Amino acid sequence: MGSLIIKNGTVYDPINSINGERMDIHIKDGIIVENAGRRAKKIDCSNKIVMPGGVEIHSHMAGGKVNAGRLLRPEDHVKFVMPKTRLTRSGSGFSIPSTFMTGYLYSKLGYTTGMTAAMVPLTARHTHEELDDIPMIDKGAYTLTDGNWFIMRYLKDGDIEKCAAFTAWLLNATKGLVIKLTNPGGTEAWGWGKNCRSLDDPVPYFDITPKEIIRGLVEVNEILGLPHSVHLHANNLGRLGNYETTVDTFRVPNGIKTDKDRQILHVTHAQFHAYGGDTWKNFESKAEDIAKVVNKSDNAIIDTGNVTLDNTTTMTADGPMEYYLQSLTHLKWVNRDVELETAPGVTPFVYSPKMPTPAIQWAIGLELGLLVKDPWKVLMTTDHPNAGPFTRYPRIIAWLMSRHYREETLEKINEAAGRRSGISSIDREYDFNEIAIVTRAGQAKALGFAEKKGHLGIGADGDVAVYDIDTKNIDPGRDFREIEKGFSATAYTIKEGEILVKDGEIVKVVFGRTYWVNSQIDGKLKEEVLKDIEYDFKRYYSVNLANYPIPEEYLKRPEELKIDATRVGA
Amino acid sequence: MKEIILKPIEQPEVGLMADTIKPDLFAGKDMSEIKSLEIFCGRQRSKLGDFFEVSGQKADDADDIRIIIDGDVPKTKMVGKGTKAGEIVIKGNVGMYAGANMRGGKVVVEGDADSFAGQMMRGGELIIKGNAGDYLGASYRGDWRGMKGGTILVKGNAGSEVGVFMVGGRITIKGNCGPFAGVHMKKGLIIIEGTTPNRAGGEMIGGSIVVMGNTEVLPTFRPEKEEKNVKIDGETLKGTYQIYSGDHAERNAKGALYILR
Repeated sequence: MGSLIIKNGTVYDPINSINGERMDIHIKDGIIVENAGRRAKKIDCSNKIVMPGGVEIHSHMAGGKVNAGRLLRPEDHVKFVMPKTRLTRSGSGFSIPSTFMTGYLYSKLGYTTGMTAAMVPLTARHTHEELDDIPMIDKGAYTLTDGNWFIMRYLKDGDIEKCAAFTAWLLNATKGLVIKLTNPGGTEAWGWGKNCRSLDDPVPYFDITPKEIIRGLVEVNEILGLPHSVHLHANNLGRLGNYETTVDTFRVPNGIKTDKDRQILHVTHAQFHAYGGDTWKNFESKAEDIAKVVNKSDNAIIDTGNVTLDNTTTMTADGPMEYYLQSLTHLKWVNRDVELETAPGVTPFVYSPKMPTPAIQWAIGLELGLLVKDPWKVLMTTDHPNAGPFTRYPRIIAWLMSRHYREETLEKINEAAGRRSGISSIDREYDFNEIAIVTRAGQAKALGFAEKKGHLGIGADGDVAVYDIDTKNIDPGRDFREIEKGFSATAYTIKEGEILVKDGEIVKVVFGRTYWVNSQIDGKLKEEVLKDIEYDFKRYYSVNLANYPIPEEYLKRPEELKIDATRVGA
Repeated sequence: MKEIILKPIEQPEVGLMADTIKPDLFAGKDMSEIKSLEIFCGRQRSKLGDFFEVSGQKADDADDIRIIIDGDVPKTKMVGKGTKAGEIVIKGNVGMYAGANMRGGKVVVEGDADSFAGQMMRGGELIIKGNAGDYLGASYRGDWRGMKGGTILVKGNAGSEVGVFMVGGRITIKGNCGPFAGVHMKKGLIIIEGTTPNRAGGEMIGGSIVVMGNTEVLPTFRPEKEEKNVKIDGETLKGTYQIYSGDHAERNAKGALYILR
């Protein structure tokens, strides 16, 4: 861990209300300090932007379905190949880069923390093996709980304490960080060839509704005091007219309180959930309706899931949705039912700019970013790789910062985008401070990491991104190409005080931490729960209960977040 | 046309990745520059001159260049990959991926070509005077949009899975070919003058396949009519053809299979 002084940079640090001030940042032993001492290495960053290291809140970068996607698409790999260098390993893949390359590419964009958005509990071991192979960034994994038999059973019985105890055990066993819900109820219904098409559509056999699952787990989340809120991929993703379901979803956790300074519900890739119309011919944007709800809500936030108009690979634990998508495109498709847990799917998708639907989807993603007034409530993602690969972030930044660029793109793509969305009437352009919020500060705050990540105050991790953009001599609205170029490769990416990337080239390879949450619950309650699940484990699971949890030693660089939840059940 | 002759010296045990052998890259370079073009021997970076003697005349325009590989190079892969103009003649057998990703120009193989010749072709002309291996004019592994344009002519036989996922262009095989010709075809034309054992056009939804020799038609094809001297792609094929439509295992399949009676 290094000591470093970053001199004279133009600093954007929204958490500490620093908006483009020229100042020095001192890092000692990997932590930001008042004074790093005279011996610390100095780098001059005059006329360059200095921001906290980027934080990725939602990206499918590791796990069973990511790997299934890699296997499914050799033609994606041939499109983008990185040869081995003295420091870095070789890699390939445009929409689904291989593990090592994922780390390098994030680091080149200035990201120092990234979360993998869906970890199937049964394949957690595999997910962590892949995460261990992603260098350069700190990581964490969201444990899927949407179709978990035990959770559904406890919630049906109204036994919220036992549900909390089980969820805590599951997060511990899978070394997960966040409760992730993907099409709650729908993935289990998919086992019967069905889906949950509304919040009140019961899951076959379990007779529980998506609404009850969401509300139950939001309560569990707050009982356990987890850093992040429930991370929800709402029902009816990608369906025509689904915005009504989404609007209803925001209301589900009403009345539940948190003692933390963050939202209680994170609705992810909202772009896929803001569709109007009842046929593909009158498909239209309902971003305004969603933005209205988010603007009013004081307990929910969204991330965008921006469509980047590329040939990409969709992958989600929402199996029925992938089936539906595949039935539209007739392309190759992977479906996978994971016993007692969930049902992911994978299929390629080409967001062709010449077609009306992808063009409108592109507009919706940007509309959401621009119509939600408070940038802390709308984070920038592409739901990598579902709406586009994360390597397109610089372009999305440029679109958000430049109305001119949006107009230029609108002229090139299918004219339906202008007609059936409100994008062309929006004047708003992000400034650098807002970009810093939607790419790092807001993400860190939403994750509950705002003490250590996403800012440059004393005591924060020494994670910094320096971009070669001279704010005095650039007008982002006009010079959008330079903005895109400037954010494409950092002048420096610094992690824990060490320079990892210099002028867009990797100069050092390190391995980041894997955060996992350990909510400690009352011993007696835990025993009861384990006794409850033992029988079903023996009867239905293909693995033994004793072999299910992953020991901490299995992870390369684990970082335990200990939370005292012993009051549960006491 | 100016000729540049590559005489194989000693060929290595492992494959050579020779996608730098194409007129587009030779244009405007003198012989010593051509000798130092990069070529991969297995995973080692080396130079074209390490494996070939280079002689001939410098030309500025790719259209004006004929590259002649004077000998057998069965382990040299990707010859002429992505060629846009000019001509390449291989006076012997050549390795895999000859003429892959071609966009224009002409590649002539006087001996046999290994598998994946003309893969993902977009334009130009590929002529194989001997036999071709498997996956002639096929798509890249996993891609659902394969050969899009250009023509391939094989005077000998071809292996299995000719023209997989073809979306345009034309493949003619004078001899026989293996099973699964034109699988997943969407557009374009495959003419097999010899026999093909079975499964031609499996899962095709468009395009045409002509088989003049013996074959076994998949049960998911429907006989439509018999026709004498069919006209196809501006050419009249003599004889009486049984025309099938298919593959009806797919939705809205509009492929056509012509079998000579």
